[in-house]
Amino acid sequence: MANVAEANPAPHTGGHSWTRWLVVVVPYVWLILFFVAPFLIILKISFSDTAISIPPYTPVFEGFGAIGDFFSQLDFENYIFLTEDPLYIWSYLSSLRIAAISTLLLLLIGYPMALAMARAPTSIRPTLVMLVILPFWTSFLIRVYAWIGILKPDGLLTLALQTIGLMGPDQQVQIFRTDYAVFIGIVYSYLPFMVLPLYSALEKMDNSLLEAASDLGCPPWKAFWKITFPLSLPGVIAGSMICFIPITGEFVIPDLLGGADTLMIGKTLWTEFFGNRDWPLASAVAVILLIMLVVPIMIFQNQQKKVV
Amino acid sequence: MAKSLGPVKRKFSPWTDPNAVPFIRFENITKRFGDFVAVDNLTLDIYEREFFSLLGPSGCGKTTLMRMLAGFEEPTEGRILLQGQDISGVPPYRRPTNMMFQSYALFPHMSVEKNIAFGLEQDNMPKGEINARVQEMLKLVKLEQFAKRKPNQLSGGQRQRVALARSLAKRPKVLLLDEPLGALDKKLREETQFELMDLQQTLGMTFLIVTHDQEEAMTVSDRIAVMDKGIIMQVATPAEIYEAPNSRYVADFIGDINIIEGTIADTTSALGAPGTVKIESDGLSIAVDQGSQAVKGDQVAFAIRPEKVRISQDAPADPSVNSFYGEVWDIGYLGDFSLFIVRSKDGRFMRAAQANVSRLVDRPITFEDMVWLTWPRDAGLVLTR
Repeated sequence: MANVAEANPAPHTGGHSWTRWLVVVVPYVWLILFFVAPFLIILKISFSDTAISIPPYTPVFEGFGAIGDFFSQLDFENYIFLTEDPLYIWSYLSSLRIAAISTLLLLLIGYPMALAMARAPTSIRPTLVMLVILPFWTSFLIRVYAWIGILKPDGLLTLALQTIGLMGPDQQVQIFRTDYAVFIGIVYSYLPFMVLPLYSALEKMDNSLLEAASDLGCPPWKAFWKITFPLSLPGVIAGSMICFIPITGEFVIPDLLGGADTLMIGKTLWTEFFGNRDWPLASAVAVILLIMLVVPIMIFQNQQKKVV
Repeated sequence: MAKSLGPVKRKFSPWTDPNAVPFIRFENITKRFGDFVAVDNLTLDIYEREFFSLLGPSGCGKTTLMRMLAGFEEPTEGRILLQGQDISGVPPYRRPTNMMFQSYALFPHMSVEKNIAFGLEQDNMPKGEINARVQEMLKLVKLEQFAKRKPNQLSGGQRQRVALARSLAKRPKVLLLDEPLGALDKKLREETQFELMDLQQTLGMTFLIVTHDQEEAMTVSDRIAVMDKGIIMQVATPAEIYEAPNSRYVADFIGDINIIEGTIADTTSALGAPGTVKIESDGLSIAVDQGSQAVKGDQVAFAIRPEKVRISQDAPADPSVNSFYGEVWDIGYLGDFSLFIVRSKDGRFMRAAQANVSRLVDRPITFEDMVWLTWPRDAGLVLTR
């Protein structure tokens, strides 16, 4: 081994391991700087008290000399308040309900789409994937705004239904500013995130498995539940998690399409931060939301490990 | 040849019986994929309990033919009869055939026993019977202790056994095997071939195997159909295919053979026995007994297997015997026999195989020796196609 070490020029080996080290470290530095550090700041604020000042909370970190004093001023007051006002609990529950229903709807719409894409001729599959991704080329905000134009009482949907005669000239579609509009907006916006993982799971499935099932006497509809669906479960779970988690914290869609009674934690959070300027309470809301979402993420990762 | 302890083959030749009813009949089958003709107006009969091979290079239509029998493809023209019943339009899940897939197509999310039980469950067989049959199948393929494993926890050979057990579990009338042993190494493949033959004899099923491996086809089959470009070139027993190929294609595809192109110079009996022909090929004159229906002037090929050619350093005593004089150009030592490639003065090559019956390391004939290759009149054959 000694000979080998001598034979290899040292700078080369050194350079090699240095780049390798860089590849590993850079993402971690990124995560620490832009995820862990902001989270710790939020966590700290959530233990603080509001104050009419800039920044709008106390205590403010004033050097390591007063660090004992600094920590003694932190408390769980905001978290206790969250349990006392039913608004927050309802917001959380309502968010989870909307996210769960939306995810189910996404699955029901996305699965047949992904299946059709995966069974399409190989030559047109890239085009189909492209079409699914296409909406991303336009701003998300503009696309949600567009739905206002469609769903509002004198909007395009009403016009279309009146034109084909399904609706009288004096009738209007009353779904704008309701939970229905929120569901439509969410399902529309998140569909690609559901379709793509499902498609990638279904696409790599070996067609000969279905032939084998058929050969052994299993008709196609039964083979779907016995073979296709169980084998696509990783895709189902990935798609559901990728949709469920951000939908729970969704703010833009309920704000633009939902009504005053559409309760979602993202909206509550926004109101606390910018309406009430209660940063500590808003931070506590955010921390609880994160903890709530970590649980499904852990389940998801556990599942992934099992698959691998 | 090392394995002489295979199952003893009974005399079995229903295809020679004019009253025998074929079990499977492909009737004028044509299959087109767009412009490509995969199977071209093909007619073929397969009999009950036959071990039948479809042999040919990739793309010759053999797999398509099998997939049409399984029901995965429908013939463009023609019909397939199974026990006299037209099975066109019957979906695969209602056909009494089972297939062992080339890729094995084991269900990755099911254990070995679940895989084997899958087909039985589709027939709503009672639980107890399913378990008994699964155990029987596991025992048959010697995988009892692997029942709970998932396919990805098995070796290639074990997976192949699971696939076989799964396709046999329903006791199909016809078992279709698509390149079943392709993924196995030579030793395991040979073993499995004999196991397959054993199984076929014990279970009394009809086996249809698709393969591009001519040795495999020769070993296991009662009859072989050699295919090329969607048509059948020859259907015959392995011995007939080897000893009496009907065309240059079949002769060349099966085993090693010398093919010499030439013209029929004489068909008179002056040369000896009736039916003897004389082939002229650029100064080489070959007499063949029982040649063919070829007439004088026909372009034909003379074909002879290397092991039927004798090699000697001495000129033949009878100058009228078929001979080829040349220099030893190359020697292939294959253990059980040696292959000599001999080059004549005018640059033609001929191969002769000699069994290595004695344990000599130094052979009397070596490179650059001048040798005589000789063969009797009935050793070769005349190919007109």
